[in-house]
Amino acid sequence: MTVTKGNEPGTELADQNLVTLTVDDVEVSVPEGTLVIRAAELIGVEIPRFCDHPLLAPVGACRQCLVDVPDAGNGRGFPKPQASCTLPVSPGMVVKTQVTSPVADKAQHGIMEFLLVNHPLDCPMCDKGGECPLQNQAMSHGQGETRFTEKKRTYPKPLAISSQILLDRERCILCARCTRFSEQIAGDPFIAMAERGALQQVAIYENEPFSSYFSGNTIQICPVGALTSSSYRFRSRPFDLVSTPAVAEHDACGAAIRVDHRRGKVVRRLSGDDPEVNEEWISDKDRFAFTYARQADRLTRPLVRDPETGALEPASWPAAFLAAARGLAAAAATSGVGVVTGGRLTTEDAYAYAKLARTVLGTNDIDFRARPQSAEEAEFLAHAVAGSGLGVTYRDLEEATKVVLVGLEPEDEAATIFLRLRKAWRTNGTQVVAVASHATRALEKVGGQLVRTIPGDEAKALGEAGLAPGTIVLLGERLARVEGAFTTALAAASRSGARLAWVPRRAGDRGAVEAGCLPNLLPGGRPVADAEARADLAAAWGVASLPGEPGRSTDDILAAALAGEIGALLVAGVEVDDLADPQAALDAVDAAGFVVSLEVRASAVTERADVVLPVAAVAEKAGSFVNWEGRRRPFEAVIPVPHALPDTRVLAGIAEAAGHDLGFRTPEAAAAELAEVGVWDGARAPKPEVVPGRAPRTDPSEVVLDTWRRLIDDGRGQDGDRHYQATARPSVALLSSATARAFGVREGEEIVLRTDRGAVAVPAGIADIADGVVWTPANSNGLSLLGILGAAYGAVVTVERSVPADEADALSGPPHPHVPTEEDEQ
Amino acid sequence: MATLKEQLWDPIAGFGVTFRTMFKKPVTVQYPFEKRPTAPRFHGRHQLNRWPDGLEKCIGCELCAWACPADAIFVEGASNTEDERFSPGERYGRVYQINYLRCILCGLCIEACPTRALTMTNEYELADTSRESLIFEKSDLLAPLLPGMEQPPHPLRLGDDERDYYSGQAAARAVAEGSVAAGPGGEQ
Ligand code: SF4
Ligand code: SF4
Ligand code: SF4
Ligand code: FES
Repeated sequence: MTVTKGNEPGTELADQNLVTLTVDDVEVSVPEGTLVIRAAELIGVEIPRFCDHPLLAPVGACRQCLVDVPDAGNGRGFPKPQASCTLPVSPGMVVKTQVTSPVADKAQHGIMEFLLVNHPLDCPMCDKGGECPLQNQAMSHGQGETRFTEKKRTYPKPLAISSQILLDRERCILCARCTRFSEQIAGDPFIAMAERGALQQVAIYENEPFSSYFSGNTIQICPVGALTSSSYRFRSRPFDLVSTPAVAEHDACGAAIRVDHRRGKVVRRLSGDDPEVNEEWISDKDRFAFTYARQADRLTRPLVRDPETGALEPASWPAAFLAAARGLAAAAATSGVGVVTGGRLTTEDAYAYAKLARTVLGTNDIDFRARPQSAEEAEFLAHAVAGSGLGVTYRDLEEATKVVLVGLEPEDEAATIFLRLRKAWRTNGTQVVAVASHATRALEKVGGQLVRTIPGDEAKALGEAGLAPGTIVLLGERLARVEGAFTTALAAASRSGARLAWVPRRAGDRGAVEAGCLPNLLPGGRPVADAEARADLAAAWGVASLPGEPGRSTDDILAAALAGEIGALLVAGVEVDDLADPQAALDAVDAAGFVVSLEVRASAVTERADVVLPVAAVAEKAGSFVNWEGRRRPFEAVIPVPHALPDTRVLAGIAEAAGHDLGFRTPEAAAAELAEVGVWDGARAPKPEVVPGRAPRTDPSEVVLDTWRRLIDDGRGQDGDRHYQATARPSVALLSSATARAFGVREGEEIVLRTDRGAVAVPAGIADIADGVVWTPANSNGLSLLGILGAAYGAVVTVERSVPADEADALSGPPHPHVPTEEDEQ
Repeated sequence: MATLKEQLWDPIAGFGVTFRTMFKKPVTVQYPFEKRPTAPRFHGRHQLNRWPDGLEKCIGCELCAWACPADAIFVEGASNTEDERFSPGERYGRVYQINYLRCILCGLCIEACPTRALTMTNEYELADTSRESLIFEKSDLLAPLLPGMEQPPHPLRLGDDERDYYSGQAAARAVAEGSVAAGPGGEQ
């Protein structure tokens, strides 16, 4: 059951208007407007309840919380018991709960009997059995024996309201928690109460599934087992599960989750409760995408390429460490090593890479940005983000007068931010403005306005967003593709007094910035170019000096490897299809003399690597992420897997085999060292100075591509749960009606987007989007735009109307390497 | 010093018992060459029962595992599908194990089972030489197929839905069709 956490932290109780009332003969003072059910909690009395939820508006649907009110504060009592979850306190009120009032107790027993009249006795079948508020409260406030001998109401069961969410209507007690959540919190009112009386039921609209990225929360808050998930159904009982608090690893929000595992296998994830971050809600991706680490392509043993046969052969850990150390040391001594780390690392692991690169490999050629990137972005991160600590927070979003989103689609890319923005708009009237090509469904759900722009023109459009003190500007990682966007945003913010925050897409991104996985940044926000900062860090690390030359970015590292300027690559958790030019990246990996890959699962890089070192997935190691706010989100290992070492341990092994000492072997020690190294308090890196660019010019046959990754898409972190994957939204290519007319395309017709690399066919949709722009998801339904077209946000693509017959087969591009597996592994 | 009685009479009396007993019927059982039936309610090895058409009664609810004081039972449920049906209704026990190194044969699991899927036989020969062989799988515990029974997965044979099974109509129909002898729900 949910327990109230007083009021807002920081606000002194004395500041508020306190109301004094008597609950069960105990006098208690609570802030004005408090509900009686909460006032009772404060004196330790738990009134039974089903529909009441502190984060949802009161509704009084279940009537389980009846209490006796002999005095409403005006000297007169209520003639009948009242629902305490809808009754605000008033001065002098006298409330008697089931503890002191036989009337309230009898009323509660009566309601419980009514609720159980139609409730089936299928607890043995029901997933909620063992953790069910109805079971528990029927024991504590129920009759024990039923007097109902008639036939119970039944429905065909279960009803799949989406491929993931199943509804057993006969179990539903009509508390309206699920429908209120969908309407109030998520803004996806696809379920509603239908019919009346005994036939009342939760229903979906005809032919429209319960399509919400937050649908899983309804399962968690349903006080009975009426809502269950296909993936967890019948899998376990609460007493089998070991629960571990953890942090969601799929985006940069740092949502608190609870991971339940049984016999070494994670069986479900629930939302944690962190009022400062995600409150009690998480996205379906955070909830259901956890089977990726136990797919068949999981790496379990170190592999070393046999010089004779050329095949990857299993090797012992010491042998693999030695092979990796020899190859890397040889390259470091001659041409140099490039380190590409991807954005999925914990902060501790990122720190291990950053230190290894500087001390053992002697290079600044390290970059975590396994995606399109720019030098301006790196400068912006060094200037405004690294080492800046807790900046804009979720609470700030909630209290802001205006939030401007640039290059960020909150629902798809940062689901927790989306929920906070919706709450801010609903409770505080926060104005949300998106600088984008079109208003998404999410923008409508946060009551937002659009400042229309074409990808590439954001810098110009930012001027129209109306920044002022009290405004918060959230910058997404897509802006790395927009020349001058960061420069303009910094200037506009300092001019107007608005605050900036950078919202990356991946969980490890901000931590990698803090840990120094950038060519121009050392750990703790120390600029590479600053000799003092280097000396400070060298002293902390106990080395004579650190390389002073700024390193290369991911793209430059790969280009240098292709050109033979870099002899070896150390690659961690990088999916080539995420990179700006996947084909060139593969060529570079092929061309590099020596490649070491640390990976959880086999990938295009591990296939080509000389040494493959399997590492632990997030659930198998301790560590921390730093979320977009700059908040450290530490977590413990959920399930220990003996063969899965964290990256930190593997890198320490490589360093030791190369005759160096990394200084730590465990994530805990790495975290301690990173904290000791601390943040740089000297001069910050200079601001980026880039002249704002313009959107690319297009021919009549071309359009500018607007794209991002949907929340649920083909990302490899989401492999293995077909029910979850089936809730992905279908692909669509959005065009304005003028653009569609110009190309002679009608809604629903397939159009072909083409570059010199390849082509994808997507059904066209007509939307209110800027002319000359097409929006389509970046990696959905087997169509990886970067992988097939080599086209990222702001690229120019040609549009063709229909499919020339001879190309019909070639169209879908190369078969997608990570088509979701058919069966989720049992 | 022992008395005269102790020296002379007591040995004779002692051997007298031996001598008398030589003419009595022996109570020794020549186990394992000869086995005696147990008491009818003896708590022996468990059995997972079937419906008269061979479908499993267990729904994988884990209540037996919950009740077990020795933590000897491991159950994992799963969904029946239209193509692969193991029990009437939605749910069946995909994995069912009893660890006889732990089980104390108390029978609390039998009391907990809501479907009478789990009962105990009188089988008491539960000794073996390895740990693995004493963890009984579902295949070891399931009741043998009697005539008229069919190895699941197969569709419902004795009714249109699980209600027909649970309300006893299935058993009645099976008896009427003569596929099984009358008896309490196909328990053996
Ligand atoms: S499905 Fe659950 S949450 Fe929704 S109304 Fe019914 S009981 Fe309440
Ligand atoms: S007989 Fe007792 S000890 Fe053995 S499995 Fe059943 S409940 Fe457990
Ligand atoms: S044997 Fe009975 S109690 Fe055990 S899982 Fe099967 S149905 Fe449930
Ligand atoms: S909890 Fe008060 S009416 Fe439901």
